[in-house]
Amino acid sequence: MSLTARDLGLFAGMFAVLAMVAMFQSPQLAITILNMSLISAIMALGVNMQWGYAGLFNVGIMGFTAVGGLAVVLVAQPPVPEAWAAGGLGILLGLMLGVATILAAILVYKRLAPSKLRGLAIFAVLVVGWFVTSQVFGPAKQAVQAVNPAAEGFLGGAGLPVILAWPVGAVFAAGVAWLVGKVSLGLRADYLAIATLGISEIVIAVLKHERWLARGVNNVTGIERPVARPVDLQPLPWVQSLADTLGWSVSQTASVVSGLGYAALFTLVLALLIWLAERALNSPWGRMMRAIRDNEVSARAMGKDVTRRHLMIFILGSAVCGLAGAMMVSMDGQLTPGSYEPLRFTFLIWVMVIVGGSGNNWGAVLGAFVIWFLWVQVEPAGRWLMDTLTAGMNPDSLIRQRMIDSAAYMRLMTMGVALLLILRFAPRGLIPER
Amino acid sequence: MEPLNALVSVSNFMLIPALAYGSQLALGALGITLIFSILRFAHFAHGDTMALGTAAVIGGTLFLQARGASIDPLPTALLAIPFGILIMAAYMLVTDRLVYRYYRRVKAKPMIFVMASLGVMFVTNGVTRLFMGTGETRFEDGQRFIFTVREFREFTGLAEGLALRSSQAITIIVALIAMGVLFWFLNRTRAGKSMRAYSDNEDLALLSGINPERVVTITWVITAILLVLAGTLYGLDKGFRPFNYFQLLLPMFAAAILGGLGSPLGAIVGAYVVAFAELGITFAWRRVLSYLAPEGMEPSSMMQLLPVDYKFAVTFAILVIVLLFRPTGIFKGKVI
Amino acid sequence: MAEPFLIGEAMTGGYGGADILHSCTIAVEKGEIAVIVGPNGAGKSTAMKAVFGMLRIREGKVRLNGEDITALSPQARVGKGMGFVPQTNNIFPSMSVEENLEMGAFIRTDDISETREQIFDLFPILRDKRRQAAGELSGGQRQQVAVGRALMTKPKVLMLDEPTAGVSPIVMDELFDRIIEIARTGISILMVEQNARQALNIADKGYVLVQGENRYTDTGQALLADPEVRKSFLGG
Repeated sequence: MSLTARDLGLFAGMFAVLAMVAMFQSPQLAITILNMSLISAIMALGVNMQWGYAGLFNVGIMGFTAVGGLAVVLVAQPPVPEAWAAGGLGILLGLMLGVATILAAILVYKRLAPSKLRGLAIFAVLVVGWFVTSQVFGPAKQAVQAVNPAAEGFLGGAGLPVILAWPVGAVFAAGVAWLVGKVSLGLRADYLAIATLGISEIVIAVLKHERWLARGVNNVTGIERPVARPVDLQPLPWVQSLADTLGWSVSQTASVVSGLGYAALFTLVLALLIWLAERALNSPWGRMMRAIRDNEVSARAMGKDVTRRHLMIFILGSAVCGLAGAMMVSMDGQLTPGSYEPLRFTFLIWVMVIVGGSGNNWGAVLGAFVIWFLWVQVEPAGRWLMDTLTAGMNPDSLIRQRMIDSAAYMRLMTMGVALLLILRFAPRGLIPER
Repeated sequence: MEPLNALVSVSNFMLIPALAYGSQLALGALGITLIFSILRFAHFAHGDTMALGTAAVIGGTLFLQARGASIDPLPTALLAIPFGILIMAAYMLVTDRLVYRYYRRVKAKPMIFVMASLGVMFVTNGVTRLFMGTGETRFEDGQRFIFTVREFREFTGLAEGLALRSSQAITIIVALIAMGVLFWFLNRTRAGKSMRAYSDNEDLALLSGINPERVVTITWVITAILLVLAGTLYGLDKGFRPFNYFQLLLPMFAAAILGGLGSPLGAIVGAYVVAFAELGITFAWRRVLSYLAPEGMEPSSMMQLLPVDYKFAVTFAILVIVLLFRPTGIFKGKVI
Repeated sequence: MAEPFLIGEAMTGGYGGADILHSCTIAVEKGEIAVIVGPNGAGKSTAMKAVFGMLRIREGKVRLNGEDITALSPQARVGKGMGFVPQTNNIFPSMSVEENLEMGAFIRTDDISETREQIFDLFPILRDKRRQAAGELSGGQRQQVAVGRALMTKPKVLMLDEPTAGVSPIVMDELFDRIIEIARTGISILMVEQNARQALNIADKGYVLVQGENRYTDTGQALLADPEVRKSFLGG
């Protein structure tokens, strides 16, 4: 499946627009947009696998990206020895007890015949398990969170190179996806949507409130980065001479260079993923997936285990989202659970996939670029529009203030309208599936 | 042992709030279940549409308050509800014409409808924030309490107090009336029966001369009524914040699925189960148990199964259990 | 010969591109029973659906009481006095028997209680179970509800698509008896049947379809007596 001249033209147009941003607004802005577009493109790729290949509706993208982000903290942050000493063992033991409780409940469920007794036994196991777990876990958690709470108060990570966090993020997301998929696949298609919506809310709740894990709403900042920071680049002679050649300030040059470093890394990952995805899509496996999507009933009749295939692709797609989530956190150098919003991290990605062309990997990538660009630019554009529209009014007028404030919400509406229009009039998207 | 105090305490902090919250959820879940049984898709815009409906009611309330209209001791918002319903019925019908009707005509897959409802959600969300911002708006006026903790203590002489807020009492009463009217409508009127028939067997309903577009219209109007009521009651009770309404989506869906998607009675039962589970599991039982425990055996910890922040986890757990063990729900919804 | 009460004349058409019916003609006289039989895939149900307007025909005409109704939708045909009982999904399962009948009469604006009583007289078991959800009834009782629902519009023609599919032989005999009773009240019956022998037994007119074409057309008794028909379609 190769790109047509038209598709290449669309991509070229997109890059021309970015180049114009670099020229007329600022190179940093263009790089920032480019990098987030690349990350969004990877998320969209993951969602496209689920929706485009298999027709699975995942409304919990936010949760999978956040889990990927958590991996960055757990892998790259240095461990906090005082916290480990204070309650590390207790927390590990508590977690194990929690898992043991659930396993015991499952065991009881599997071993006993269905009866009132079984229900009671499971209930008893859960209650006892919960009490024992919380007795161990609660104090340990308090102890960990009391260690230097202003800067730490958590266990820290493994202190490994941050790049390792990317695959780990994918594995984390895959694990969560396995749980959700196991429960809700094979039922009505809407149920997966509702279950993923739920799990993503829970993931965020855990990130926000389990301070021993990743400091919760206190955020983890200053995470090691895979690319040199602008501050570290500034003193380098080649950066300074490059700044002279370009006629830019040193700080601007440094941040552009650093940004381009990320862009190169991200492009590498994206290219690898697209290559794999395209190969998979055109393999017998990919053809089977699409056959299942287009006619589940006949695929079932042909003896395909549809639910299993769906579970597999759901896990794969979610892992890709987790990978993107990890990449994003490592670019920002911080994990801020409070910033995860479903509109931004779930529904926006959906708009990208639909606009780009569901079922087509290149489409998902283009959609990510176009929509992220709009997402960034619509707000200032709206503000400018409102400013111009109300220019004749008294600057203190309430109506004027209101209208200018409202620009912030314009982008939500723009996204919604874009989604509805594409869905209705060009349901195959910018680059249709072939 | 002071069981009476325990009962009062648990009523004050758990039972009454759960009853009110359950009633609000029930009205929302009823809307979801109705849309599901007639239009056959999961309506993701439900929470945000509820927010917009509440915003309309708040607008009406402000207008009425400015005119000096009041039905003290009841909140003015009750007077503005018909206005909100009118706006929302129009909004939903317009949305249907612009968005969903096309997909009905081309017989699109349910997932496409869900996707479209996502787009509607975005737009609705933007519209609501355009008017209301993202902050919290309180619009409760009139008498705040039917009786306060102090009045209750003085009256009964108990150590524990019990307060009944007007918003809670109004919620429960309005919800009960709305449910009663809805069931009367569905079971006793021709239009209601035609809705049930259409939900049961679309093709046969068509053969019997039932006009599907009419059924769909009625469904949207009823949903508008239900969600304006649900949203307003929730807002009176807990204050209005658009994002909270979006988050209601999960418990509402959980309630509808638990009860059996497509079953109105199920949606109501499911809503109360979800509400009581959410509050019961995140409730600190220490005080209640200390009244019940024998002397010297009072619990030392909070006796809280989960922190309040994890109330969604409770809802989700319910959802998971239903999906695992009985995907058709308590009252056998028609689809798995 | 005078024009039959209902006739689908020289109907040609099918789903999508391929024709299933090839100049097929089906007709029924007032108060008579016409039965369509034939091997699997002969287009029996398709012919019936074409007469009822659930399938667009490319050529041919459908006339009811002399009026050309070829262009009408199924709903409009119900208004003109045709009743249809689909083979499956022919009741509202969560609604009570009484409500099923009421929904059958949805297009009527007059008092329906008399018609309902007639149906309860025809199928007494339904009167006992009037408040029960139709989905909870046995297969045979459900077919009675389905037929009753279609009769609620007081149709002049009742069309049944394999009414005895999946019911026991005893229930089948009982259903056929009721169908004869309905025909005696002046309602024309057009039905598709898998149980060809029993159906032809009660038929005034029988149509044997093969690959969407009329192969034999005669009275039910004559077809039963025809050795060709017996050999090929009735299993000897």
